[in-house]
Amino acid sequence: MSILGITNDKMTGKKVAIIGVGLTKFGELWEKSYRDLITEAGVKAISDAGIDGIDVQELFVGSMSPGLFAAQEHIGALVADYAGLTGIPATRVEAACASGGLALRQAYTSIMAGRNDIVVAGGVEKMTDVPTGLAMTALMGAGDEEWEAFNGATFPALYALMARRHMMEYGTTIEQISMVSVKNHANAKHNEYAQFQFEVSLEDVLNSAKVAEPLRLLHCSPITDGAAAVILASEKKAKEICDNPVWITASAMATDTLALSDRKSLTQTNSAILAAKDAYKQAGVGAKDIDFAEVHDCFAIAELLAIEALGFCKIGAGGKYTEDGHTKIGGEHPVNTSGGLKGKGHPVGTTGIAQAIEATLQLRGTAGKRQVKDANIGLTHNVGGSGATAVVHIYRRD
Amino acid sequence: MWEDRVRPRLFTYTGGTKMKGLASYWRLIPQRYNLIGTECNHCKQKFFPPRKICPTCRRHGEIKSYKFKGVGEIYSYTVIHAAPDGFEFQKPYALGLIRLVEGPLVTAQIVDCKPDEVEVGKKVEMVFRKIFAGGKEGTIRYGYKFKLVD
Ligand SMILES: [Zn+2]
Repeated sequence: MSILGITNDKMTGKKVAIIGVGLTKFGELWEKSYRDLITEAGVKAISDAGIDGIDVQELFVGSMSPGLFAAQEHIGALVADYAGLTGIPATRVEAACASGGLALRQAYTSIMAGRNDIVVAGGVEKMTDVPTGLAMTALMGAGDEEWEAFNGATFPALYALMARRHMMEYGTTIEQISMVSVKNHANAKHNEYAQFQFEVSLEDVLNSAKVAEPLRLLHCSPITDGAAAVILASEKKAKEICDNPVWITASAMATDTLALSDRKSLTQTNSAILAAKDAYKQAGVGAKDIDFAEVHDCFAIAELLAIEALGFCKIGAGGKYTEDGHTKIGGEHPVNTSGGLKGKGHPVGTTGIAQAIEATLQLRGTAGKRQVKDANIGLTHNVGGSGATAVVHIYRRD
Repeated sequence: MWEDRVRPRLFTYTGGTKMKGLASYWRLIPQRYNLIGTECNHCKQKFFPPRKICPTCRRHGEIKSYKFKGVGEIYSYTVIHAAPDGFEFQKPYALGLIRLVEGPLVTAQIVDCKPDEVEVGKKVEMVFRKIFAGGKEGTIRYGYKFKLVD
């Protein structure tokens, strides 16, 4: 038993499957409400799984800040109600931008505990209904309100402070950081659900408006509306009713200090390092076995921190690794084939579930032009705030 | 072109503090005006912002108040161009992580210089300044910033 919780022999292997997925288009969806979005994603997931609503025993939904974005709380019951599932237990899960990943983990845990056979994990955020200013207030709630935001810190600024140290300590260049945005936009072009289905050049990124130096506009993920849902099933149930299950073989989570100023290092995301270590142990695999990953690139520098924390390259080598093309489709470790948060969009509470959906599509072999060849093992990495929460899942096809 | 399609709607901040009442500000005046944090008597570690439990010693620690000297050096910094509400008249402004001589890092603005004079490693000292004006009561909020030491 690790200090992080679930790790023992009984809990490895094919115990929980993803048997259905549902995603809405990501973007500024003025014609759709909060409840429209999650209902659409949920219905698609249930149809995809080929089950009926009556089969669902419990649901978990990740949503970061519906109170501020939509003046709505009490999301668990709302989602059950609008999905026609009134009566079942329904829980909202919150861990800032990692709310979706954590909802998936809660759903997974409820099956692992033997309590349920079919559970829904969803994520939803409706961010564009409020003035940008209020949306930003809601988002900065992921950081330290009293000691960071009060003094004029913004979210790009926190990641800029990390980027500056990374550049200083490891010689990472702004061009290398910018290549993350170029790659993720190129991948998003082939994702019909993405907010930005177009490419940007390195020059576009380097010349975009300054936001928080050294970070510029095209280093930052956008404000997005969108929802996602997956149907999880126990091994027994999945084998009964599903012919293309994707197995979740690890579910790990770890935390770090809320404020950046309390971290031992600005260039290592310790929550992600801990969660990855636990996930690899649960799944019985290592970084070299991962065929592709969806990581939390809320800012371009965050993707470098992610691939280093996951062990795809050494700490500090993320810039060079990206420049060498190892994270492109066809490279050693394709990263963010969906377009990532940068290209696909970042409806904060939805992101963790959307990542699991990309992993499922890749492992089913239905990712179209962005398909990774012979994909058998995938990983998702979902982060809250400036790294105070990290959730890592590992999936496999066979 | 991407410019038309990527609207500059970013993860910036606007006045979470302003949404809250005056009491939340008033409670932290000693810390924000005088850089008062805490120290663990057991392991001698110093904390800013103040903590009421030492994360190392936990219940075995013994926390007391500690006033920081207010001097240190720049550990990292950024220059903010997309400013939150309440800070828009200050932009572009430098925000740094200051390594205090006693150990902790503090998030604070670096002022009284041009943003391009700011560099990692430069020595700084605390100054008492207006942070922003606003709030339900329209009050001005004060606190610490840092300036370069010659
Ligand atoms: Zn102590």
